[in-house]
Amino acid sequence: MMRGFRISPSMAVVAVLVILTLLGAWRYDGFIGTYNVQTVLRYNSMFALVALGMCFVIMTGGIDLSVGSVAAFSSVVAAHLSPYGLLPGLVGGLAAGLLAGLINALIITKLRILPFIATLATMLAASGTALLLANNQSVSVSYDTYFTNLGQGDLLSFMRPEWVDAEGAGILAGILGFILSFPTPAFIALAAYIGGAIIIKHTAFGRHVLAVGGGTEASRLMGLPVDRTIFLVYVISGGMAGMAGVILASQFGAGQPIEGIGWELFAIASVVVGGTLLTGGKGSIGGTLAGALLLGIIFTILNFENGMGWISLSAYWQSVVRGVFLFVVVVLQAKLSKQAKA
Amino acid sequence: MFDRAAFFQRYGVGLALVLLVIFNLAVTPNFATSQTLAVNLTQVCTIVIVGVGMTLVIATGGIDLSVGSLMAIAGALSPMFFTGQLFPVPNLYVGIALGIAFPILIAGMFGLFNGWLVTRFSIQPIIATLVLFIAGRGIAQVSTNGDLQVFKVPEFQSIAIGRVLGVPFQVWIMLVIVIVSAFVLHKTVFGRQVLAVGGNEAAARLSGVPVGRVKFLVYFVSGLCSGVAGLIVIAMNSAADANLIGLGMELDAIAAVVVGGTLLSGGRATIVGTLLGALVIQLVRYTLLANGVPDPAALVVKAGLIVLAVWLQRQEQA
Repeated sequence: MMRGFRISPSMAVVAVLVILTLLGAWRYDGFIGTYNVQTVLRYNSMFALVALGMCFVIMTGGIDLSVGSVAAFSSVVAAHLSPYGLLPGLVGGLAAGLLAGLINALIITKLRILPFIATLATMLAASGTALLLANNQSVSVSYDTYFTNLGQGDLLSFMRPEWVDAEGAGILAGILGFILSFPTPAFIALAAYIGGAIIIKHTAFGRHVLAVGGGTEASRLMGLPVDRTIFLVYVISGGMAGMAGVILASQFGAGQPIEGIGWELFAIASVVVGGTLLTGGKGSIGGTLAGALLLGIIFTILNFENGMGWISLSAYWQSVVRGVFLFVVVVLQAKLSKQAKA
Repeated sequence: MFDRAAFFQRYGVGLALVLLVIFNLAVTPNFATSQTLAVNLTQVCTIVIVGVGMTLVIATGGIDLSVGSLMAIAGALSPMFFTGQLFPVPNLYVGIALGIAFPILIAGMFGLFNGWLVTRFSIQPIIATLVLFIAGRGIAQVSTNGDLQVFKVPEFQSIAIGRVLGVPFQVWIMLVIVIVSAFVLHKTVFGRQVLAVGGNEAAARLSGVPVGRVKFLVYFVSGLCSGVAGLIVIAMNSAADANLIGLGMELDAIAAVVVGGTLLSGGRATIVGTLLGALVIQLVRYTLLANGVPDPAALVVKAGLIVLAVWLQRQEQA
C-alpha cells in the first residue's frame, strides 16, 4: 500500500511540467529544439529571478508588490550606465534594486508599516523615479560595451568546439552543444537559485526566515533576530528585482521605465504554484523555480497553439490565463491546507 | 487636557486640506477660480466613488485590488449596449439605460466573485482580489479586442459632463454615494456589522453577526462602485479604452481611504474621511503640477504621503 506516501506540491508541479513539455514536444515542431528552449529560458530568467526574491519574502509571511517597478527602475539605471561598460551597468542596476529593497525594509521594520502598503508605496515611488530618470521614454543601452552580452549572450559559447556543430556528430555532441548554448541570463538565474536553496537549507538565516513566517511572535520570544531577518528578505527581493532589471535592459537593448507591470503577479503565482504557503513558514526554492518554468511553458504552449491556427488568442488572453491560473492554484492551496488542518 | 493624538486622528485630514488650500491661494496663480474647482472635483470623483467601496472592504479588514480592472470591464462593456452592438435596442434611451445598468451589475457580480473567494476558501483578500486584478483587465481587453471604442452619445455623456445647478453631474453622483454610504455605515445594522467584522471577526461571529454575508456584500458594493466609476470615465472621455480605464485606481483609492483615517486593520472607518483624503491627494497632485513639478515626481510624493498617513495611524494606535 501507499501508506505514508504524500505527493508534495513541488513534486506535483514538476510532474505537470514534465507532462506539458512532453505534450509540447509531441504536438509542435521545434518545441524542444535548441532555439525555442533558449528563447524560453532567456526570457523567463528575469521572471524567475523576481520570483526567487518574492519566495524569500513570502516565506516570512510578507509580500513585495514593488518588484515590477523596481525592475523597471533598475533597467533605466543600468541603461544609463551601460556606456561605461558591462560592470558599471550591472553593479549600478543591482545597486538600484538593492536601494529600493533597503527602503522597503526600512519602512517595514522601522516604521512598522504593513508590507503590502509599504511595497505599494515603493512601487509608486520607483516607477516615478524611473520615469524621471528616463525622461518619460525608454533609454537605449550602449552596444559599444559588452553590456548587452548579459541578456543576449550565451555564457559558454566561447568554449564551443567546432566538431559539436559538425554534420552527424551524434547525440552526445548535440547535448554538449545544447548546454554550451545555454543563455547567460539563465546561468545567472540558475546560480541565484542554487545560492537561494543553500541559504534556506544550510544557513541560520534560512532557518530564521522560515521560523519568522511560521510565527513572528514565537520567533521573537525565542530570541531570533526577527527584524534583521525581515529586513534582509526585502533587500534580497530588491536585489533580485534589480538583477532582473539589468537583464531586461540588456536583453531588449533599452531601459524601460514602464515595463514590469504585472511582474509581481507572475512572481507571486510562481511562488504559490511551487508550494510555498502564502501565510509563510513553509516554502520551497526549487518549487518556485518549477513554478516559474511552468508559467513560462504554459505561455509558450499558448503561443505555439496560436501559431498552429487552431485557436486564435490575442496577447490579451495572457492576463486572463494568468488570472485563471492563480485562481486555480490558490483555491487548491486553500483546500489542501484545510485538509492538512483537519 | 488636550489629546494631540485624538485631535490629529479626528481633524488631521481636514487640517491638511485647509493648509493645502491656503498654500495654493498664496502661491498658485489663478487658484481661486470656479474652473480650478471644477477641474479638481471632476478628477476626484472616480477616486471617491471607488474609495467608498474600498472603505467598506477595508472596514472589514479586507482589501480590494481589483477595482481598476472592474472599472475597465464596466467601461468596456457599456458602449456595446447603447450602440446596439450586442443586440438591437428599440431606442437610444433604452440602450443607455441598459448600458448603465448592466455594466454596473456585471462589475458587482465580479465583486461577488471576490467575496466568494474570500469567504468560501478563506483566501487572503490581497491574493483573492489579485486574481481579478490580473484577469479582469484581460477580460475587458479580450471583449473589445483591445480596441478603442469611440462614441458620440451626448445623452450618455451627460452622466459625467452634464451640469445641474452649475455643478457637474458626476459630482452629484459622488455626493449621493458618499451620503448614502456614510448613513449606511454609521446608522444601520449592516454598518455596525461591517465594523464588528473588521474589529474582531471571531467575536463578531460568536455574537451572531453573519460574517460571511457581510463580507460578500462589501465586495459586491465595491464592485458596484467600480462599475459606476468606470462609466463616468468613459462618459468623460467619450471613448472606452480597456487598456487604460481605471489603471492604478486601486492605489489611489487605498491612498484616499488611508489618508482619510480608516484603519487598514479594519474596525474603524469613515466615509467622509475618504472623501477628504481623496481631495487631499488630488490637491497635492494639482499643487505640484500647477507649480511646474513633473508628473512622475508627483508619484513619488504620493508614495511618501501614503507612508506618512499609515505611519501616523500607527503612532496614535501605539
